[in-house]
Amino acid sequence: MTTVALKPATMAQALTRALRDAMAADPSVHVLGEDVGVLGGVFRVTDGLAAEFGEDRCTDTPLAEAGILGTAVGMAMYGLRPVVEMQFDAFAYPAFEQLISHVARMRNRTRGRMPLPITVRVPYGGGIGGVEHHSDSSEAYYMATPGLHVVTPATVADAYGLLRAAIASDDPVVVLEPKRLYWSKDSWNPDDPQPVDPIGRAVVRRTGRSATLITYGPSVPVCLEAAEAARAEGWDLEVVDLRSLVPFDDETVCASVRRTGRAVVVHESGSFGGPGGEIAARVTERCFHHLEAPVLRVAGFDLPYPPPMLERHHLPGVDRILDTVARLQWEAEN
Amino acid sequence: MTVMEQRGAYRPTPPPAWQPRTDPTPLLPDAEPYRVLGTDAAAQADPELLRRLYAQLVRGRRYNVQATALTKQGRLAVYPSSTGQEACEVAAALALQERDWLFPSYRDTLAVVARGVDPVEALTLLRGDWHTGYDPYEHRVAPLCTPLATQLPHAVGLAHAARLKGDDVVALAMVGDGGTSEGDFHEALNFAAVWQAPVVFLVQNNGFAISVPLAKQTAAPSLAHKAVGYGMPGRLVDGNDAAAVHEVLTDAVRRAREGGGPTLVEAVTYRIEAHTNADDATRYRGDAEVETWREHDPIQLLERELTARGLLDEDAKQSARDAAETMAADLRARMNQDAVLDPMDLFAHVYAEPTPQLREQQALLRAELEAEHADQEGTHR
Repeated sequence: MTTVALKPATMAQALTRALRDAMAADPSVHVLGEDVGVLGGVFRVTDGLAAEFGEDRCTDTPLAEAGILGTAVGMAMYGLRPVVEMQFDAFAYPAFEQLISHVARMRNRTRGRMPLPITVRVPYGGGIGGVEHHSDSSEAYYMATPGLHVVTPATVADAYGLLRAAIASDDPVVVLEPKRLYWSKDSWNPDDPQPVDPIGRAVVRRTGRSATLITYGPSVPVCLEAAEAARAEGWDLEVVDLRSLVPFDDETVCASVRRTGRAVVVHESGSFGGPGGEIAARVTERCFHHLEAPVLRVAGFDLPYPPPMLERHHLPGVDRILDTVARLQWEAEN
Repeated sequence: MTVMEQRGAYRPTPPPAWQPRTDPTPLLPDAEPYRVLGTDAAAQADPELLRRLYAQLVRGRRYNVQATALTKQGRLAVYPSSTGQEACEVAAALALQERDWLFPSYRDTLAVVARGVDPVEALTLLRGDWHTGYDPYEHRVAPLCTPLATQLPHAVGLAHAARLKGDDVVALAMVGDGGTSEGDFHEALNFAAVWQAPVVFLVQNNGFAISVPLAKQTAAPSLAHKAVGYGMPGRLVDGNDAAAVHEVLTDAVRRAREGGGPTLVEAVTYRIEAHTNADDATRYRGDAEVETWREHDPIQLLERELTARGLLDEDAKQSARDAAETMAADLRARMNQDAVLDPMDLFAHVYAEPTPQLREQQALLRAELEAEHADQEGTHR
């Protein structure tokens, strides 16, 4: 058995490494966006790429998200693999027409003759004290658009693996990067970074018997913390990290819920019309006879993302998760 | 030496005097739309080219008439006619080399057909069987684009990518006057100019965005003037003068190919028919205006020139008409056949590999189709 030297690394470093490895492996991979060149991106994820691969391959564009994604469409038509950065979640909205009317459906419009291998990197979510328009969780919009894959990493290794898989995919992939986890460190083997399983596989981060927390992205560490805290109450919580919202891994999720009989979906974005409703419906449809309680949701409130001084009240935290799990318990006993 | 003296650079350098980045004068369009037919410039035009343009105009007009007739027979869901604009359509296609790319909008079927796309495949979107009937790579024609101006950044990206790969490919992107108000128009022109991408933007200013006249669309002196703000030349051309449009576009394409960057061409033309067969143009414009433009018909303009110079006799005219008639008869016959569609194709091209969710839905539809089939078998028995 070979020993693997694990070192602490940040998610941002793993993402940079994924871009660099993808660019080195395939000359058709091009990075473009606002500030991605000389500055290396406002989160430094594209740091060093322009110096290493030239400004033709890591390009500072004019400040125009529709233009960035729209030109990426033309580049992909000509055989390149563009990776675009949207800088902040809410800055991506001007590009939605390109995303929805062209990126997501070009393969379909042309009956498979013109696939678009575009990766759209969107730093998303709150918890970093950002002012308005810097903390949105926009995953429901992407999930509701057929033709897109939507992935979101929660660990350093997955950040590397999912971004590599996204760039390698012949279909457009939206990579939602939880910016609150950019600087969180975990152990990773930078000497031999591994691509992740094919896009669309969830993973059980923590096994348990009492209930399943179904979550993704920035809420994964919160759920793991909640699961630890729940031990004091005598609850043994399982945590499933979805990693991919589209395609959705019904198999892993339902296998877990069938084992535990109870489920709570946890995410930052609003609950009305949010991902949790879809997930709860899918789980209910498939696992109804295994459920001891209704599937519950812990989500952000249904309001425009709050100002930073109030965001802690909005974001799903350990206490709210535990209170919700307690409700599950209560529902089960009565 | 005092500390202040040691810090010789303490005094900030004065800001540089402001300089314009580009001299705007050479970028400005002519005061009048450029014309060839009926002017001295016509003598310079290649007779062979003029005859080719003529044959294509006649064919294009016939195509418009035939396609409009097909909407009345229920064979086309909708048809946005380009009658009156054929010169722009034809010149656009003929100004390109085979390796170049065309990015059409929904009214540009004629340009698409003139690039070599099968006339029936060019109508697939408008017929309603599939969104794009042709392979975009076969003739280097992007899918007909329905959202306004969103295909323009695609043209910029493709031209930019081609240049990065060392290919001398030019992209020609077509848009209407209404489309110039869209954000994507602005972003595409700005990107193209900053990147000096080999792109030509052709605005067919046909006077109306459905019902809204140009005066309510823009306050610019002309749409070609918009080019100056991006740092690219604007050209204004008579869009009904096929020779002029061809010359201006060929110049712009050559300039782009040689590394001169993008050009914005405004072709001033008129939409003789309504926006589509579903539109009532009498609500927003008078017959007198339409009649004025009928007198400036692109086919008549070219025919007059060719006839005056002895380049077109009755036989040549008849042969252009015959070729157009043959095309129309073939189009009619093939469009009158019912499209054969496989419902399972709905799932075939959403992703390279269908998601598990799509596979479930695929199974549902398959079961529905089998049940339908079984019912029909039962009825037949």
